[in-house]
Amino acid sequence: MDKQTAKIVARRKLEDRIFNALGIFCTLVALSTLALLLGDLLVTGLSRIDWQFLTSFPSRKAERSGILSSWVGSLVVMCVTGCTAVPLGIAAGVYMEEYGRKGRINTIIEVNIANLAGVPSIIYGLMALGIFVYYLGLGQSVLAGGLTLAVLILPIVIVSTREALRTVPVQIREAAYALGASKWQVISHHLLRYSLGGISTGVIIAISRAIGETAPLITIGALTFIAFLPTSPLAEPFPEHLTDWLHSPFAVLPIQMFNWTSRPTEDFHRNAAAAGIILIAVTLSLNAVAIFVRHRVRRHIKW
Amino acid sequence: MPPCKAEVKKLSFFYGTMQALHQIDLPLADKHVTALVGPSGCGKSTLLRCFNRIHDLYPNTRYDGEIILYPSGANIVDKSIDPIEMRMRIGMVFQKPNPFPKSIFENVAYGLRLKGITNKTELKDRVEVALTSTAIWEEIKDRLNKSAYELSGGQQQRLCIARAVAAEPEMLLMDEPCSALDPIASAKIEDLIRELRKKYAVLIVTHNMQQASRASDYTAFMYLGRLVEFGTTTDIFTNPKSKETEDYVTGRFG
Ligand SMILES: Nc1ncnc2c1ncn2[C@@H]1O[C@H](COP(=O)(O)OP(=O)(O)OP(=O)(O)O)[C@@H](O)[C@H]1O
Ligand SMILES: [Mg+2]
Repeated sequence: MDKQTAKIVARRKLEDRIFNALGIFCTLVALSTLALLLGDLLVTGLSRIDWQFLTSFPSRKAERSGILSSWVGSLVVMCVTGCTAVPLGIAAGVYMEEYGRKGRINTIIEVNIANLAGVPSIIYGLMALGIFVYYLGLGQSVLAGGLTLAVLILPIVIVSTREALRTVPVQIREAAYALGASKWQVISHHLLRYSLGGISTGVIIAISRAIGETAPLITIGALTFIAFLPTSPLAEPFPEHLTDWLHSPFAVLPIQMFNWTSRPTEDFHRNAAAAGIILIAVTLSLNAVAIFVRHRVRRHIKW
Repeated sequence: MPPCKAEVKKLSFFYGTMQALHQIDLPLADKHVTALVGPSGCGKSTLLRCFNRIHDLYPNTRYDGEIILYPSGANIVDKSIDPIEMRMRIGMVFQKPNPFPKSIFENVAYGLRLKGITNKTELKDRVEVALTSTAIWEEIKDRLNKSAYELSGGQQQRLCIARAVAAEPEMLLMDEPCSALDPIASAKIEDLIRELRKKYAVLIVTHNMQQASRASDYTAFMYLGRLVEFGTTTDIFTNPKSKETEDYVTGRFG
């Protein structure tokens, strides 16, 4: 190896090392910030989590307070969000990918859906306040909250559905068509099944984003302090209260947390940290489920 | 020439504005194998894929002319003909084995299910018949519920052939079915093609001249989207009329 080459190689190696060190440094900064945050949260809040905390309504006394109304609120709001955004989003994704003619209009819609995913969530809140709360007269209800978040995550569901459908190789589609399958049969017997992993990952990620959303729900007027639960749909006399819960006012976990952090005393901050831990735990486990599902579904599919 | 199963008449085909086939005329004998040969890009796959209208899946494709299917006399490429029904009557085997990521059984049963057969015993019987006819039953009869992806490439291709013949089509299209296989697996498929000929009209695209001469009864030579020469395989290989055909089948072609 002549001198010139040796010099170049040495320089490349140095560059490599510098970049490597820089990368490690950046990763460490990110990780340690996260670890500090989590650690702080755990130290402050972990001891506060117990059965009483999960089963009590919020109260003026910090140590008697709990997150019952807010986790139930989060749960029912997510029910509405999931039940509307998932079928709508998947249907829209299937339509755009399989039925819609690839033309200028489709491209415009496509670009706009991608843009929608980046719109600040408070804007969705304002839109929902106008449309759902006032125009449709849904009030400050579980239904209005759930629909607001549904609109918010719809682009994520649509985009991930389309991406999942696109991973199915054209040879598989042709094989199905060549046997005489109709378009709908190809979609339902093949495309949706084989892309289930990708779609459910997208759906779960979307839901876990929705769980943490605060701003749009505050905008439409979710409560920050609520000491009752929505009426159970099974309440006696039976079918009469079936949909009452949809019209009930509600609080959700992040709003409860926000409320507690804005109180002056230390005890309430502990409550906030505890609620935060639960929120993070739920989000992380949802992501774990997403990873598991994707792995499970893809096990028999190689392409 | 024995009775025709299908007859291509003045067929042209367009990808957008690009004309890929020019006025093709080609008869296909029933219960015989017709080989389609020619240099890469001459339009063999395009012609084959006209028979089951798979081009319809893509925008801006256009057929002009006729492919008459006998005995009904229907024109396959006519807009009024339902391509779905046509595809049930004409099976296709692709270049690369493309089983569904389902069980071996479900792969073969799929075409039958599409035809509305739901009776369990009938499905089982017909899957067995199909797998036996493609000479793979003995190898895989114990693992019908395993994923089709656990089979070797050659086995997968025979599975795909079984899938295509399970619903008993009237005709079989094969686009280079052996090109992804080793010589032994190819030989098995070739035997299979000679067997299938007893029941179906088979149209096969191949790049392998030995294969064409061994497995086919008739050969069509295509060049630049046109049909240059058609005749019995013996004639095409021993006594070609055109210079291009001769150069190609003897391997002197670029
Ligand atoms: N989807 C398509 N859009 C536009 N042109 C195409 C398309 N598919 C094929 N063509 C063109 O049509 C011509 C015929 O292609 P075709 O695939 O039928 O060739 P072939 O004879 O099967 O070749 P090979 O032996 O390489 O498979 C080629 O010039 C090709 O570039
Ligand atoms: Mg080809």
